[in-house]
Amino acid sequence: MTKTDAILKTRNLTKQFDGVRAVDDLSISIAKGKVTSVIGPNGSGKTTLTNVLSGLASIDGGSVVLHSVALKKIRPFDMPSYGMTRTFQEVRLFEQMPVLDNVLVVLTERSVFGALFERHGAFHEKQAEEALKKVGLWEKRNEPASTLSYGQRKLLEIARVLALSAGRQTDIILLDEPFAGLFPKMVKTVSSIVKALRDEGRTVVLIEHNMDLIRELSDHVIVMDSGKFLAEGRAAEVLERRDVIEAYLGE
Amino acid sequence: MDYILHLAILVIIYAILGLSLNLVVGYTGLLASGHAAFYGIGAYATAILTASLGVNFFVSMAAGIIASAGAAFLIGAVLSRFDGDYYALVSLGFNVIIYSVFLNWQGLTRGPLGIPGVPRPALFGIEFSSGVFFLALAAFFLALSFLAARFVARSSFGRVLKSIREDEKAIQVFGYNTVYFKLAIFVISAGMAAVAGSLLSSYITFVDPSSFTVMESVFILAIIIFGGLSSLKGSVVGALVLVLLPEALRFAGFPQSLAAQMRQGVYGLFLIALMLYRPQGLFGEFKL
Repeated sequence: MTKTDAILKTRNLTKQFDGVRAVDDLSISIAKGKVTSVIGPNGSGKTTLTNVLSGLASIDGGSVVLHSVALKKIRPFDMPSYGMTRTFQEVRLFEQMPVLDNVLVVLTERSVFGALFERHGAFHEKQAEEALKKVGLWEKRNEPASTLSYGQRKLLEIARVLALSAGRQTDIILLDEPFAGLFPKMVKTVSSIVKALRDEGRTVVLIEHNMDLIRELSDHVIVMDSGKFLAEGRAAEVLERRDVIEAYLGE
Repeated sequence: MDYILHLAILVIIYAILGLSLNLVVGYTGLLASGHAAFYGIGAYATAILTASLGVNFFVSMAAGIIASAGAAFLIGAVLSRFDGDYYALVSLGFNVIIYSVFLNWQGLTRGPLGIPGVPRPALFGIEFSSGVFFLALAAFFLALSFLAARFVARSSFGRVLKSIREDEKAIQVFGYNTVYFKLAIFVISAGMAAVAGSLLSSYITFVDPSSFTVMESVFILAIIIFGGLSSLKGSVVGALVLVLLPEALRFAGFPQSLAAQMRQGVYGLFLIALMLYRPQGLFGEFKL
Protein backbone atom coordinates (compact mmCIF):
# COMPACT_ATOMS: atom_id res chain seq x y z
CA MET A 1 0.00 0.00 0.00
CA THR A 2 1.42 3.36 -0.95
CA LYS A 3 0.99 6.35 1.28
CA THR A 4 -1.24 8.16 -1.18
CA ASP A 5 -4.23 5.85 -0.90
CA ALA A 6 -4.38 6.00 2.87
CA ILE A 7 -7.64 7.78 3.71
CA LEU A 8 -7.30 7.40 7.46
CA LYS A 9 -4.10 7.22 9.45
CA THR A 10 -3.07 7.40 13.07
CA ARG A 11 0.30 8.88 13.99
CA ASN A 12 1.73 7.77 17.34
CA LEU A 13 -1.81 7.76 18.65
CA THR A 14 -2.06 7.30 22.42
CA LYS A 15 -5.05 6.99 24.73
CA GLN A 16 -4.74 6.37 28.45
CA PHE A 17 -7.26 5.37 31.05
CA ASP A 18 -6.00 5.82 34.61
CA GLY A 19 -2.41 5.33 33.54
CA VAL A 20 -3.15 2.29 31.39
CA ARG A 21 -2.37 2.88 27.75
CA ALA A 22 -5.36 1.40 25.92
CA VAL A 23 -3.93 2.67 22.66
CA ASP A 24 -0.16 2.97 22.78
CA ASP A 25 1.87 4.87 20.21
CA LEU A 26 -0.17 3.43 17.37
CA SER A 27 0.65 4.35 13.78
CA ILE A 28 -1.53 2.63 11.21
CA SER A 29 -2.90 3.41 7.76
CA ILE A 30 -6.29 2.50 6.38
CA ALA A 31 -6.47 2.22 2.61
CA LYS A 32 -9.21 3.95 0.69
CA GLY A 33 -11.87 1.72 -0.83
CA LYS A 34 -10.72 -1.43 0.99
CA VAL A 35 -11.92 -3.53 3.89
CA THR A 36 -9.34 -3.34 6.65
CA SER A 37 -9.86 -5.58 9.66
CA VAL A 38 -8.43 -4.58 12.98
CA ILE A 39 -8.00 -7.66 15.11
CA GLY A 40 -6.41 -8.56 18.41
CA PRO A 41 -7.25 -10.29 21.67
CA ASN A 42 -9.80 -8.76 24.04
CA GLY A 43 -8.43 -5.66 25.68
CA SER A 44 -6.00 -4.98 22.86
CA GLY A 45 -7.50 -1.53 22.35
CA LYS A 46 -9.62 -2.04 19.23
CA THR A 47 -12.79 -0.53 20.61
CA THR A 48 -10.85 2.29 22.27
CA LEU A 49 -9.39 3.01 18.85
CA THR A 50 -12.86 3.35 17.29
CA ASN A 51 -13.96 5.53 20.18
CA VAL A 52 -10.99 7.82 19.67
CA LEU A 53 -11.59 7.93 15.92
CA SER A 54 -15.23 8.87 16.48
CA GLY A 55 -14.53 11.49 19.12
CA LEU A 56 -16.12 9.62 22.02
CA ALA A 57 -12.71 9.37 23.68
CA SER A 58 -10.21 12.21 23.55
CA ILE A 59 -6.77 11.94 21.96
CA ASP A 60 -4.05 11.92 24.63
CA GLY A 61 -1.08 11.89 22.28
CA GLY A 62 -0.29 11.77 18.60
CA SER A 63 -2.89 12.51 15.96
CA VAL A 64 -5.45 11.12 13.58
CA VAL A 65 -4.99 11.98 9.92
CA LEU A 66 -8.22 12.08 7.93
CA HIS A 67 -8.13 12.96 4.25
CA SER A 68 -4.58 14.28 4.82
CA VAL A 69 -5.64 16.60 7.66
CA ALA A 70 -3.95 15.93 10.99
CA LEU A 71 -6.40 16.17 13.91
CA LYS A 72 -5.48 16.49 17.57
CA LYS A 73 -9.09 16.73 18.64
CA ILE A 74 -12.17 15.06 17.18
CA ARG A 75 -15.63 16.09 18.34
CA PRO A 76 -18.20 13.31 17.95
CA PHE A 77 -20.64 15.47 15.97
CA ASP A 78 -17.92 16.29 13.43
CA MET A 79 -17.69 12.65 12.36
CA PRO A 80 -20.05 12.82 9.35
CA SER A 81 -18.36 15.97 8.10
CA TYR A 82 -15.10 14.02 8.08
CA GLY A 83 -16.95 11.45 6.00
CA MET A 84 -17.02 8.91 8.80
CA THR A 85 -19.71 6.89 10.51
CA ARG A 86 -19.77 3.92 12.84
CA THR A 87 -21.68 1.18 14.62
CA PHE A 88 -21.27 0.30 18.27
CA GLN A 89 -20.10 -2.96 19.74
CA GLU A 90 -22.56 -2.60 22.60
CA VAL A 91 -25.59 -1.79 20.42
CA ARG A 92 -26.74 1.80 20.96
CA LEU A 93 -30.19 2.31 19.52
CA PHE A 94 -32.82 4.91 20.30
CA GLU A 95 -34.74 2.27 22.20
CA GLN A 96 -38.12 3.89 22.72
CA MET A 97 -38.36 5.18 19.16
CA PRO A 98 -39.80 3.21 16.24
CA VAL A 99 -37.36 1.35 14.00
CA LEU A 100 -38.04 3.77 11.13
CA ASP A 101 -37.32 6.80 13.30
CA ASN A 102 -34.03 5.25 14.37
CA VAL A 103 -32.93 5.52 10.75
CA LEU A 104 -34.72 8.76 9.82
CA VAL A 105 -33.10 10.64 12.67
CA VAL A 106 -29.63 10.29 11.16
CA LEU A 107 -30.80 11.73 7.84
CA THR A 108 -32.31 15.06 8.82
CA GLU A 109 -30.87 18.56 8.86
CA ARG A 110 -28.05 19.05 11.34
CA SER A 111 -28.92 22.61 12.31
CA VAL A 112 -31.67 23.45 14.80
CA PHE A 113 -33.62 25.66 12.38
CA GLY A 114 -33.08 23.33 9.48
CA ALA A 115 -34.49 20.41 11.45
CA LEU A 116 -37.39 22.46 12.82
CA PHE A 117 -38.63 23.61 9.43
CA GLU A 118 -37.47 20.73 7.28
CA ARG A 119 -39.60 20.02 4.24
CA HIS A 120 -38.06 17.06 2.41
CA GLY A 121 -39.39 14.27 4.62
CA ALA A 122 -40.47 11.96 1.77
CA PHE A 123 -37.00 11.93 0.29
CA HIS A 124 -35.56 10.82 3.59
CA GLU A 125 -38.22 8.18 4.02
CA LYS A 126 -37.17 6.66 0.72
CA GLN A 127 -33.57 6.46 1.88
CA ALA A 128 -34.57 4.96 5.21
CA GLU A 129 -36.78 2.45 3.43
CA GLU A 130 -33.90 1.32 1.22
CA ALA A 131 -31.59 0.87 4.18
CA LEU A 132 -34.17 -1.03 6.22
CA LYS A 133 -35.02 -3.30 3.30
CA LYS A 134 -31.34 -4.17 2.88
CA VAL A 135 -31.21 -5.54 6.41
CA GLY A 136 -34.72 -7.00 6.29
CA LEU A 137 -36.27 -4.77 8.96
CA TRP A 138 -38.73 -2.80 6.82
CA GLU A 139 -41.68 -4.86 8.11
CA LYS A 140 -40.71 -3.90 11.66
CA ARG A 141 -40.52 -0.17 10.90
CA ASN A 142 -43.29 0.86 13.27
CA GLU A 143 -42.22 -1.23 16.24
CA PRO A 144 -40.12 0.34 18.99
CA ALA A 145 -36.46 -0.60 18.62
CA SER A 146 -36.54 -2.08 22.12
CA THR A 147 -38.79 -4.92 20.91
CA LEU A 148 -36.22 -6.22 18.40
CA SER A 149 -34.12 -9.34 18.99
CA TYR A 150 -30.40 -8.96 19.62
CA GLY A 151 -29.52 -9.80 16.04
CA GLN A 152 -32.14 -7.44 14.64
CA ARG A 153 -30.78 -4.69 16.84
CA LYS A 154 -27.35 -5.12 15.35
CA LEU A 155 -28.89 -5.05 11.88
CA LEU A 156 -30.71 -1.83 12.71
CA GLU A 157 -27.39 -0.23 13.65
CA ILE A 158 -26.09 -1.25 10.26
CA ALA A 159 -29.17 0.14 8.52
CA ARG A 160 -28.56 3.47 10.29
CA VAL A 161 -25.00 3.56 8.97
CA LEU A 162 -26.10 2.53 5.47
CA ALA A 163 -28.72 5.26 5.29
CA LEU A 164 -26.30 7.94 6.46
CA SER A 165 -23.58 6.69 4.20
CA ALA A 166 -25.84 6.57 1.13
CA GLY A 167 -27.16 10.08 1.64
CA ARG A 168 -24.04 11.91 2.73
CA GLN A 169 -21.12 10.21 1.08
CA THR A 170 -19.67 9.13 4.39
CA ASP A 171 -17.06 6.91 2.81
CA ILE A 172 -15.35 5.63 5.94
CA ILE A 173 -17.45 3.14 7.86
CA LEU A 174 -16.29 1.73 11.19
CA LEU A 175 -18.02 -1.53 12.07
CA ASP A 176 -17.31 -2.59 15.65
CA GLU A 177 -17.94 -6.34 15.86
CA PRO A 178 -20.99 -6.32 13.58
CA PHE A 179 -21.18 -10.11 13.46
CA ALA A 180 -21.01 -10.89 17.17
CA GLY A 181 -24.10 -12.75 18.32
CA LEU A 182 -25.73 -12.98 14.87
CA PHE A 183 -27.53 -16.02 13.45
CA PRO A 184 -25.87 -17.54 10.36
CA LYS A 185 -28.50 -16.04 8.06
CA MET A 186 -27.88 -12.57 9.46
CA VAL A 187 -24.14 -13.08 9.16
CA LYS A 188 -24.69 -13.65 5.45
CA THR A 189 -26.73 -10.45 5.16
CA VAL A 190 -24.08 -8.39 6.91
CA SER A 191 -21.15 -9.88 5.03
CA SER A 192 -22.84 -9.20 1.70
CA ILE A 193 -23.48 -5.62 2.87
CA VAL A 194 -19.78 -5.23 3.70
CA LYS A 195 -18.86 -6.54 0.26
CA ALA A 196 -21.36 -4.23 -1.41
CA LEU A 197 -19.90 -1.25 0.46
CA ARG A 198 -16.43 -2.11 -0.76
CA ASP A 199 -17.73 -2.55 -4.30
CA GLU A 200 -19.16 0.95 -4.08
CA GLY A 201 -15.67 2.17 -3.26
CA ARG A 202 -16.24 2.83 0.42
CA THR A 203 -13.63 2.27 3.09
CA VAL A 204 -14.62 -0.23 5.75
CA VAL A 205 -12.79 -0.64 9.04
CA LEU A 206 -13.93 -3.90 10.52
CA ILE A 207 -13.32 -4.97 14.07
CA GLU A 208 -13.94 -8.66 14.29
CA HIS A 209 -13.04 -11.86 16.11
CA ASN A 210 -14.34 -14.48 13.71
CA MET A 211 -11.31 -15.65 11.73
CA ASP A 212 -13.33 -17.15 8.87
CA LEU A 213 -15.08 -13.83 8.29
CA ILE A 214 -11.80 -11.94 8.53
CA ARG A 215 -10.32 -14.22 5.83
CA GLU A 216 -13.42 -13.87 3.69
CA LEU A 217 -13.86 -10.12 3.88
CA SER A 218 -10.56 -8.37 4.54
CA ASP A 219 -8.26 -6.88 1.98
CA HIS A 220 -5.85 -6.02 4.75
CA VAL A 221 -5.49 -7.03 8.38
CA ILE A 222 -3.97 -5.00 11.20
CA VAL A 223 -3.21 -6.80 14.47
CA MET A 224 -3.14 -4.96 17.77
CA ASP A 225 -1.90 -6.28 21.09
CA SER A 226 -1.98 -4.35 24.40
CA GLY A 227 -2.77 -1.14 22.53
CA LYS A 228 0.25 -1.48 20.30
CA PHE A 229 0.70 -2.32 16.66
CA LEU A 230 1.74 -5.95 16.26
CA ALA A 231 1.52 -6.93 12.62
CA GLU A 232 -0.22 -6.22 9.35
CA GLY A 233 -0.62 -7.76 5.91
CA ARG A 234 -2.95 -10.02 3.99
CA ALA A 235 -5.22 -12.15 6.15
CA ALA A 236 -3.74 -15.47 5.01
CA GLU A 237 -0.22 -14.37 5.94
CA VAL A 238 -0.93 -12.46 9.13
CA LEU A 239 -3.09 -15.13 10.71
CA GLU A 240 -0.31 -17.69 10.30
CA ARG A 241 2.32 -15.61 12.03
CA ARG A 242 3.66 -17.06 15.25
CA ASP A 243 3.57 -13.76 17.21
CA VAL A 244 -0.05 -13.20 16.20
CA ILE A 245 -1.08 -16.69 17.23
CA GLU A 246 0.77 -16.29 20.53
CA ALA A 247 -0.96 -12.99 21.23
CA TYR A 248 -4.32 -14.72 20.86
CA LEU A 249 -3.27 -17.82 22.82
CA GLY A 250 -1.87 -15.71 25.62
CA GLU A 251 -5.32 -14.22 26.18
CA MET B 1 -70.39 29.72 37.78
CA ASP B 2 -67.52 32.08 38.62
CA TYR B 3 -65.98 29.26 40.58
CA ILE B 4 -66.04 26.93 37.60
CA LEU B 5 -64.63 29.66 35.34
CA HIS B 6 -61.88 30.24 37.87
CA LEU B 7 -60.92 26.58 37.91
CA ALA B 8 -61.07 26.32 34.13
CA ILE B 9 -58.68 29.27 33.76
CA LEU B 10 -56.27 27.76 36.27
CA VAL B 11 -56.39 24.42 34.47
CA ILE B 12 -55.55 26.20 31.21
CA ILE B 13 -52.62 28.08 32.72
CA TYR B 14 -51.17 24.86 34.13
CA ALA B 15 -51.86 23.01 30.89
CA ILE B 16 -49.72 25.56 29.02
CA LEU B 17 -47.00 25.10 31.63
CA GLY B 18 -47.27 21.33 31.30
CA LEU B 19 -47.06 21.43 27.50
CA SER B 20 -44.02 23.64 27.57
CA LEU B 21 -42.20 21.63 30.24
CA ASN B 22 -43.00 18.34 28.54
CA LEU B 23 -40.98 19.43 25.51
CA VAL B 24 -37.88 19.53 27.70
CA VAL B 25 -38.56 16.73 30.18
CA GLY B 26 -40.66 14.30 28.15
CA TYR B 27 -39.32 14.73 24.65
CA THR B 28 -35.70 15.60 25.36
CA GLY B 29 -35.35 13.65 28.60
CA LEU B 30 -33.87 16.53 30.59
CA LEU B 31 -35.24 16.73 34.10
CA ALA B 32 -35.69 20.51 34.15
CA SER B 33 -36.76 21.35 37.68
CA GLY B 34 -36.95 25.13 37.54
CA HIS B 35 -39.83 25.83 35.20
CA ALA B 36 -41.52 28.23 37.63
CA ALA B 37 -38.67 30.69 37.01
CA PHE B 38 -39.79 31.27 33.42
CA TYR B 39 -43.45 31.25 34.40
CA GLY B 40 -42.50 34.00 36.87
CA ILE B 41 -40.57 36.05 34.34
CA GLY B 42 -43.63 36.12 32.10
CA ALA B 43 -45.87 37.06 35.02
CA TYR B 44 -43.59 39.85 36.22
CA ALA B 45 -43.11 41.20 32.69
CA THR B 46 -46.86 41.62 32.32
CA ALA B 47 -47.34 42.98 35.84
CA ILE B 48 -44.55 45.56 35.56
CA LEU B 49 -45.34 46.65 32.03
CA THR B 50 -49.12 46.86 32.34
CA ALA B 51 -49.59 47.98 35.95
CA SER B 52 -46.68 50.41 36.23
CA LEU B 53 -46.14 51.54 32.65
CA GLY B 54 -49.58 51.15 31.10
CA VAL B 55 -48.40 48.98 28.24
CA ASN B 56 -50.98 46.84 26.45
CA PHE B 57 -51.31 43.29 27.79
CA PHE B 58 -50.47 41.63 24.49
CA VAL B 59 -47.34 43.71 24.10
CA SER B 60 -46.38 42.83 27.66
CA MET B 61 -46.88 39.15 26.88
CA ALA B 62 -44.58 39.42 23.87
CA ALA B 63 -42.02 41.19 26.05
CA GLY B 64 -42.40 38.45 28.66
CA ILE B 65 -41.78 35.77 26.05
CA ILE B 66 -38.65 37.55 24.89
CA ALA B 67 -37.38 38.17 28.43
CA SER B 68 -38.04 34.58 29.44
CA ALA B 69 -36.48 33.14 26.29
CA GLY B 70 -33.49 35.43 26.79
CA ALA B 71 -33.04 34.28 30.37
CA ALA B 72 -33.42 30.68 29.21
CA PHE B 73 -30.76 31.27 26.59
CA LEU B 74 -28.27 32.44 29.22
CA ILE B 75 -29.21 29.75 31.73
CA GLY B 76 -29.43 27.10 29.04
CA ALA B 77 -25.94 27.90 27.77
CA VAL B 78 -24.69 26.62 31.13
CA LEU B 79 -27.36 24.00 31.68
CA SER B 80 -27.05 22.30 28.28
CA ARG B 81 -23.60 21.06 29.21
CA PHE B 82 -25.14 18.86 31.86
CA ASP B 83 -27.35 15.82 31.71
CA GLY B 84 -29.08 13.42 34.07
CA ASP B 85 -29.18 14.25 37.77
CA TYR B 86 -26.86 17.21 37.35
CA TYR B 87 -29.27 18.81 34.91
CA ALA B 88 -32.05 18.49 37.49
CA LEU B 89 -29.95 19.99 40.27
CA VAL B 90 -28.52 22.85 38.24
CA SER B 91 -31.94 23.82 36.85
CA LEU B 92 -33.32 23.76 40.37
CA GLY B 93 -30.49 26.06 41.42
CA PHE B 94 -31.41 28.55 38.71
CA ASN B 95 -35.03 28.51 39.92
CA VAL B 96 -33.82 29.49 43.38
CA ILE B 97 -31.72 32.31 41.94
CA ILE B 98 -34.57 33.76 39.85
CA TYR B 99 -36.91 33.46 42.81
CA SER B 100 -34.54 35.47 44.95
CA VAL B 101 -34.34 38.09 42.23
CA PHE B 102 -38.15 38.40 42.36
CA LEU B 103 -37.93 38.62 46.13
CA ASN B 104 -35.03 41.04 46.46
CA TRP B 105 -34.99 43.36 43.45
CA GLN B 106 -37.46 45.61 45.21
CA GLY B 107 -37.08 48.51 42.79
CA LEU B 108 -38.46 46.37 40.02
CA THR B 109 -40.67 43.75 41.67
CA ARG B 110 -41.57 45.40 45.00
CA GLY B 111 -40.18 42.25 46.61
CA PRO B 112 -42.49 40.33 48.92
CA LEU B 113 -45.19 43.02 48.65
CA GLY B 114 -45.83 42.01 45.08
CA ILE B 115 -47.36 44.11 42.32
CA PRO B 116 -51.10 44.79 42.64
CA GLY B 117 -53.48 46.34 40.15
CA VAL B 118 -52.48 44.37 37.07
CA PRO B 119 -55.21 45.15 34.53
CA ARG B 120 -57.16 42.63 32.51
CA PRO B 121 -56.26 42.43 28.82
CA ALA B 122 -57.82 44.75 26.25
CA LEU B 123 -57.60 44.69 22.47
CA PHE B 124 -59.25 47.09 20.01
CA GLY B 125 -61.55 48.33 22.72
CA ILE B 126 -62.64 44.85 23.77
CA GLU B 127 -61.86 44.22 27.41
CA PHE B 128 -61.34 40.66 28.51
CA SER B 129 -62.39 41.61 32.00
CA SER B 130 -65.23 39.20 32.58
CA GLY B 131 -64.47 35.60 33.45
CA VAL B 132 -65.99 34.24 30.24
CA PHE B 133 -63.97 36.55 28.02
CA PHE B 134 -60.82 35.79 29.89
CA LEU B 135 -61.50 32.08 29.66
CA ALA B 136 -61.89 32.39 25.90
CA LEU B 137 -58.63 34.29 25.68
CA ALA B 138 -56.81 31.74 27.83
CA ALA B 139 -58.26 28.89 25.77
CA PHE B 140 -57.01 30.63 22.64
CA PHE B 141 -53.49 30.72 24.05
CA LEU B 142 -53.74 27.10 25.15
CA ALA B 143 -54.73 26.10 21.61
CA LEU B 144 -51.83 28.12 20.23
CA SER B 145 -49.40 26.52 22.69
CA PHE B 146 -50.71 23.08 21.87
CA LEU B 147 -50.24 23.64 18.14
CA ALA B 148 -46.77 25.06 18.66
CA ALA B 149 -45.77 22.12 20.86
CA ARG B 150 -47.19 19.68 18.32
CA PHE B 151 -45.32 21.37 15.50
CA VAL B 152 -42.06 21.05 17.44
CA ALA B 153 -42.72 17.48 18.53
CA ARG B 154 -43.58 16.25 15.05
CA SER B 155 -40.72 17.97 13.27
CA SER B 156 -37.37 16.42 12.46
CA PHE B 157 -36.09 18.60 15.28
CA GLY B 158 -38.49 16.79 17.64
CA ARG B 159 -37.16 13.45 16.49
CA VAL B 160 -33.61 14.54 17.27
CA LEU B 161 -34.78 15.63 20.73
CA LYS B 162 -36.14 12.14 21.39
CA SER B 163 -32.89 10.57 20.26
CA ILE B 164 -31.06 12.82 22.72
CA ARG B 165 -33.30 11.42 25.43
CA GLU B 166 -32.52 7.87 24.31
CA ASP B 167 -28.76 8.14 23.82
CA GLU B 168 -27.12 11.53 23.55
CA LYS B 169 -23.63 10.21 22.72
CA ALA B 170 -24.94 7.98 19.96
CA ILE B 171 -26.85 10.76 18.20
CA GLN B 172 -23.81 13.05 18.43
CA VAL B 173 -21.82 10.57 16.39
CA PHE B 174 -24.34 11.04 13.59
CA GLY B 175 -23.47 14.70 13.33
CA TYR B 176 -25.71 16.57 15.76
CA ASN B 177 -24.22 19.09 18.12
CA THR B 178 -26.70 18.24 20.85
CA VAL B 179 -25.86 21.25 23.02
CA TYR B 180 -27.61 23.48 20.47
CA PHE B 181 -30.67 21.26 20.37
CA LYS B 182 -30.93 21.15 24.16
CA LEU B 183 -30.51 24.91 24.32
CA ALA B 184 -33.08 25.54 21.60
CA ILE B 185 -35.82 23.46 23.21
CA PHE B 186 -35.10 25.03 26.59
CA VAL B 187 -35.55 28.50 25.08
CA ILE B 188 -38.77 27.51 23.26
CA SER B 189 -40.14 25.95 26.43
CA ALA B 190 -39.31 29.03 28.51
CA GLY B 191 -41.05 31.28 25.99
CA MET B 192 -44.21 29.19 26.23
CA ALA B 193 -44.08 29.23 30.03
CA ALA B 194 -44.01 33.03 29.91
CA VAL B 195 -47.38 32.97 28.12
CA ALA B 196 -48.84 31.14 31.11
CA GLY B 197 -47.20 33.67 33.44
CA SER B 198 -48.68 36.63 31.59
CA LEU B 199 -52.13 35.08 31.77
CA LEU B 200 -51.74 34.41 35.49
CA SER B 201 -50.76 37.90 36.52
CA SER B 202 -53.45 39.51 34.40
CA TYR B 203 -56.06 37.07 35.64
CA ILE B 204 -55.22 37.32 39.34
CA THR B 205 -54.43 41.05 38.82
CA PHE B 206 -51.61 40.62 41.29
CA VAL B 207 -48.22 38.98 41.29
CA ASP B 208 -45.77 38.14 44.07
CA PRO B 209 -42.75 35.83 44.38
CA SER B 210 -44.57 33.09 46.29
CA SER B 211 -46.12 31.77 43.06
CA PHE B 212 -42.75 30.91 41.54
CA THR B 213 -40.97 28.76 44.09
CA VAL B 214 -39.25 25.45 43.53
CA MET B 215 -42.42 23.84 44.90
CA GLU B 216 -44.31 25.30 41.97
CA SER B 217 -41.76 23.81 39.57
CA VAL B 218 -42.24 20.45 41.24
CA PHE B 219 -46.00 20.81 40.84
CA ILE B 220 -45.61 21.41 37.09
CA LEU B 221 -43.29 18.40 36.90
CA ALA B 222 -45.91 16.37 38.73
CA ILE B 223 -48.51 17.39 36.13
CA ILE B 224 -46.52 16.02 33.23
CA ILE B 225 -45.27 12.94 35.01
CA PHE B 226 -48.87 12.20 35.97
CA GLY B 227 -50.27 12.98 32.52
CA GLY B 228 -47.49 11.24 30.69
CA LEU B 229 -44.05 12.18 29.47
CA SER B 230 -43.80 13.18 25.83
CA SER B 231 -47.58 13.17 25.54
CA LEU B 232 -49.13 16.53 24.74
CA LYS B 233 -52.60 15.27 25.57
CA GLY B 234 -51.18 13.98 28.86
CA SER B 235 -49.90 17.44 29.77
CA VAL B 236 -53.41 18.86 29.48
CA VAL B 237 -55.11 15.99 31.29
CA GLY B 238 -52.44 16.08 33.99
CA ALA B 239 -53.18 19.75 34.61
CA LEU B 240 -56.90 19.04 34.69
CA VAL B 241 -56.58 16.27 37.27
CA LEU B 242 -53.96 17.80 39.54
CA VAL B 243 -55.59 21.26 39.62
CA LEU B 244 -59.07 19.89 40.23
CA LEU B 245 -58.06 17.22 42.72
CA PRO B 246 -57.93 19.48 45.80
CA GLU B 247 -61.28 20.94 44.79
CA ALA B 248 -62.73 17.47 44.62
CA LEU B 249 -61.36 16.81 48.08
CA ARG B 250 -63.27 19.81 49.31
CA PHE B 251 -66.52 18.35 47.96
CA ALA B 252 -65.60 15.07 49.54
CA GLY B 253 -66.26 16.75 52.87
CA PHE B 254 -62.87 18.12 53.82
CA PRO B 255 -62.90 21.66 55.18
CA GLN B 256 -61.62 24.25 52.73
CA SER B 257 -58.50 25.17 54.66
CA LEU B 258 -57.56 21.53 55.02
CA ALA B 259 -58.19 20.78 51.34
CA ALA B 260 -55.79 23.47 50.28
CA GLN B 261 -53.11 22.14 52.56
CA MET B 262 -53.73 18.62 51.43
CA ARG B 263 -53.04 19.44 47.80
CA GLN B 264 -49.36 18.67 48.03
CA GLY B 265 -49.76 15.62 50.18
CA VAL B 266 -52.44 14.15 47.97
CA TYR B 267 -50.70 14.72 44.70
CA GLY B 268 -47.60 13.24 46.28
CA LEU B 269 -49.52 10.10 47.14
CA PHE B 270 -51.13 10.10 43.73
CA LEU B 271 -47.76 10.24 42.05
CA ILE B 272 -46.30 7.48 44.17
CA ALA B 273 -49.23 5.24 43.34
CA LEU B 274 -48.96 6.11 39.67
CA MET B 275 -45.23 5.47 39.51
CA LEU B 276 -45.81 2.09 41.11
CA TYR B 277 -48.56 0.98 38.75
CA ARG B 278 -48.08 3.02 35.60
CA PRO B 279 -44.62 4.59 35.49
CA GLN B 280 -45.12 6.15 32.06
CA GLY B 281 -48.06 8.24 33.31
CA LEU B 282 -51.64 8.26 32.03
CA PHE B 283 -50.92 8.85 28.35
CA GLY B 284 -47.15 8.61 28.25
CA GLU B 285 -45.41 6.26 25.90
CA PHE B 286 -42.01 6.84 27.39
CA LYS B 287 -40.24 6.42 30.66
CA LEU B 288 -37.62 8.84 31.81
